[in-house]
Amino acid sequence: MSDAAPPVVRIDGVTKTFPQGNVTALQEIDLALAPGEFVSLIGPSGCGKSTLLRVIGDLIEPTAGTVTVNGKPARQARSDGDYGIVFQDAVLFDWRTVAKNIGLPLEMLGWDRAKRRARVEEMLELVELGGFADHHPWQLSGGMQQRVSIARALAFEPALLLMDEPFGALDEMTRERLNLELLSIWQQLGSTVVFVTHSISEAVFLSSRVVVMSPRPGRIAGTVPIDLPYPRAVETREAPRFFELVTEVRELLRTRGEHLLPEEEAAL
Amino acid sequence: MSGIVVSERGPSVGGRAVRQASEWLPALVVFVLVVGAWEGLIRAFHVQQFLLPTPSAIVRTLWTDRHQLWPAGWYTFKEALGGFVIGSALGVAAATFVGRFKAAGNALMPIFIAANAVPIIAFAPIFNAWFNPISPNSKIAVAAVLCFLPVMVNTLRGFQSASPRQIELMRSYAASELEIWRRVRIPTALPFLFTALKVASVLSMIGAIVGEYFGGALNALGVLINSEASVFHFVTAWAGILVASVLGIALYAAVVLAERLVVRWSPQTRGS
Repeated sequence: MSDAAPPVVRIDGVTKTFPQGNVTALQEIDLALAPGEFVSLIGPSGCGKSTLLRVIGDLIEPTAGTVTVNGKPARQARSDGDYGIVFQDAVLFDWRTVAKNIGLPLEMLGWDRAKRRARVEEMLELVELGGFADHHPWQLSGGMQQRVSIARALAFEPALLLMDEPFGALDEMTRERLNLELLSIWQQLGSTVVFVTHSISEAVFLSSRVVVMSPRPGRIAGTVPIDLPYPRAVETREAPRFFELVTEVRELLRTRGEHLLPEEEAAL
Repeated sequence: MSGIVVSERGPSVGGRAVRQASEWLPALVVFVLVVGAWEGLIRAFHVQQFLLPTPSAIVRTLWTDRHQLWPAGWYTFKEALGGFVIGSALGVAAATFVGRFKAAGNALMPIFIAANAVPIIAFAPIFNAWFNPISPNSKIAVAAVLCFLPVMVNTLRGFQSASPRQIELMRSYAASELEIWRRVRIPTALPFLFTALKVASVLSMIGAIVGEYFGGALNALGVLINSEASVFHFVTAWAGILVASVLGIALYAAVVLAERLVVRWSPQTRGS
């Protein structure tokens, strides 16, 4: 990073070993994210991309190395509420209405009721769920639930958004629509995003940079800068440059993923 | 109610009443048929009263002996209620303790599970010896012991059913352990708790009455059923059983009502 702005996330020599089975999930990871970047972590299962995301969020402690978020140690950043997180499933609380689910982080931050209500209202509009404030999560479709989850992660305007395969459980059409929505939200808010995915085309479509990881032990195999212009649209997926970049990422996954299992290789 | 439900509100109140009536109707018809057949068969074959009285005779006794039966029922109901409240409260407290301190769980759970297999009712005579057999305390104790384990085991399972992702999310907000309990574990456990309370409400009535079979105050329902049966007043015994059933069902219904009020969000309790 030669940019003047200090990185939002800085990962220095992070290694994570799990004592159970003596697995090295991450080995010597170095990565820095500039403000406003949209970075995807892609790789076969077991490459440690979800682990890396959790290390950034201080939900898992690294065995070695340091993580700095907004210039602070990751632990401090977590207690300051510096990031929002979205998981593969929406992780909504059934006993809370949609509005109260979105307001949960605001409650945790001690916002008063009026301020909370106003912000939740804004977030509902942002994810186009205006009429669903008083519904319960189980009354919504999977795609709507995931939008609630995104609204919740963005409600307190974190500088950093961590997303762990957020659209992995959705059907292809819903997924592509939410990809577009996510990009438009990201451009409105200007936050930095770390996005874990299995899908090469999703990674290329969304990101300003794709970080390819290889498994056992989890390492960064290479980085592909995505020079497709923003704002991206449905047509972006049909552009020749899009296919070139998809191929580049796929080749990197193939050549560096020598430890892949046969079925993982087939999936690429 | 399934899939994407756009409207919160169900059908109109009138529509709901009609629908509920139609849901109840088959059960009501079966009930009337069974009682009718019971009455008819006993009259047709002149079965002797002490073997099986007719439903009409039982209901008549329920009325003529009302000044004896209902106060006795109320007395026993209060014992059952006491045991229910004490046993359930201790069950929830133990579940919280075991859920919070894993070491305690490792030490206590095998004992609780083994104790669960013990026929607690067998202890009723011993409880009578421990407490004054005439006092309600021994019956409250039997009912409480009966209620304790199902409530404890189910509530603990509820606490442990909290989604790891939800807990991870709370940790991302730097939530304390107490906040995770308040906002994740306790709400998750509530449906489990109410399932257990429904079981416990039935068990508490059984505990109190069986406890009284081994001796108790003269104005207690179990004592009354036992003594009337021993002098061949089976109609009165049957009427006593009917009183016990009505009160047991009332306690169960109260728990169901509380569940509907507390766990209002759940798709299950909404009666989908």
